[in-house]
Amino acid sequence: MLAELLLVLWTLAKVLAIVLPLVIAVAMFVYWERKVIGWMHVRMGPNQIGPLGLMQAFADVAKLLLKEIVVPTNANRFLFFLAPMLALVPALAAWAVIPFSDGLVLANINAGVLYLLAMTSMGVYGIILAGWASNSRYALLGAMRSAAQVVSYELAMGLALVCVLVLAGSLNLSDIVTAQSGGLLHWFWLPLLPMAVVYFISGVAETNRAPFDVAEGESEIVAGFHVEYSGSAFALFFLAEYANMILVAFLTSILFLGGWLSPFPATWGLIGHGSFFWLLAKAFVVAFLFLWFRASFPRYRYDQIMRLGWKVFIPIALVWVLVAGLLKYFHIVAPGA
Amino acid sequence: MSIELLAFYFFAFFAVLGALLVISLRNPVHAVLSLVLTFFSMASIWMLLRAEFLALVLIVVYVGAVMVLFLFVVMMLDIKVAAAREGFIRYLPVGIGVAAVMLAEMVALLGVRAMHVAPPPSAAVMGGQANVVWIGRALYTEYLLPFELAAMILTVGIVAAVALTLRRRPGVRHQDAARQVAVSAHERVRLVSMPAERGGNGAQP
Repeated sequence: MLAELLLVLWTLAKVLAIVLPLVIAVAMFVYWERKVIGWMHVRMGPNQIGPLGLMQAFADVAKLLLKEIVVPTNANRFLFFLAPMLALVPALAAWAVIPFSDGLVLANINAGVLYLLAMTSMGVYGIILAGWASNSRYALLGAMRSAAQVVSYELAMGLALVCVLVLAGSLNLSDIVTAQSGGLLHWFWLPLLPMAVVYFISGVAETNRAPFDVAEGESEIVAGFHVEYSGSAFALFFLAEYANMILVAFLTSILFLGGWLSPFPATWGLIGHGSFFWLLAKAFVVAFLFLWFRASFPRYRYDQIMRLGWKVFIPIALVWVLVAGLLKYFHIVAPGA
Repeated sequence: MSIELLAFYFFAFFAVLGALLVISLRNPVHAVLSLVLTFFSMASIWMLLRAEFLALVLIVVYVGAVMVLFLFVVMMLDIKVAAAREGFIRYLPVGIGVAAVMLAEMVALLGVRAMHVAPPPSAAVMGGQANVVWIGRALYTEYLLPFELAAMILTVGIVAAVALTLRRRPGVRHQDAARQVAVSAHERVRLVSMPAERGGNGAQP
């Protein structure tokens, strides 16, 4: 009993070791986003608080936590406060199966990819309930758009994952990474190039980010599902959205860009060996794409989003499932050691 | 008492609580959410039984997709709670009858299971394979035909649902994305080169 209790405490410590850096990463990512978009707009971005404006994100967090939470008239109080938590919990829980390096993973479960799909599909409840419980038209419209979008793009995302699973022959994320070992050309981005693109764009749509941010759509529905939220309740939505973005960046790196593996041959010494820093570097580049998209593209119209998901991505993905099967069957792509 | 047993009681409590709330809550949205809680707790219990594939598929399919759509339908409907309660007493005998039959069936099933000397070890454990691997092998080798038939039936169901609800209205304007993309500038705009007009009592430069 005592040993089991210790195991639970030890696991809790590991959970904290993931969640705390993640929350700090979210804060710094928000700062980085504002800086990058500022530069792309030929502005300075935040530069007042702390050196180079680095403390801006923490100042914003303090402001949000100190602000009053206003509950709209006739809102469903219980669901109104439950919704932000329902949005945040799956966003954090999904990190349990992310392998940060060889063997460095909280839960090395065999059905890791399925677990990820399950957790990301849970996140939509927070958004729907926020929209409904707010007792506001804009919020409800935003929630409807978001739910339709998330459910549609989940299909394309799932089919892209199927291609990875076919080539790797495993649902375990650590095994998927080791199946890509053997250098840059053995990573799955090459045989599954269309799927890598489909997966990442679906990830952008799943996280309701620009150019697919019709769920928030400031110019049409004010701020969508979280229009009535303020203070710390809004902060939770914000945290969930950014945690999900970083998650998609890590997943794209793990599934298609070789995870912690190094692109250089092993004879190159320190940089030739796989490590957590390689994963971090890849995820950083992918996460940068989110910001680049946001600064570059105008928002998609709602029907265009649906057309892209159903009429473009799903057919491409269906064909590529077949291609992946053939690649595997004729041993054109063999999983690495 | 091991942690596993504690976890079982925890999840089982919430599964039963959720199921009770589904049929007792007045607000239909709350009832749907209680059903989600029940599904989630049951998935956790299956996880404890090491049926991780079934547990996760239950969450992906039912919690992630089916219940989301269900929740939407319930949110959009203007359900009169009083009207729904109207026939409660009238239908009560039927309900009790159905519940009694189900209870009897469950007890009978438990009794039959209890008569077996020992439950046979599950095939997944016997093969020494992970649950997911074993289900995959079984579905695509041993049970390939039933699996494909089920897939066919589901596809037919989707096509039938679309065909039943599809109404072609005449005179509806559609967008053709391919044609829009294929348009080139000279089809839309004609640039005419002409000498600048001058003189007369026209506009001053």
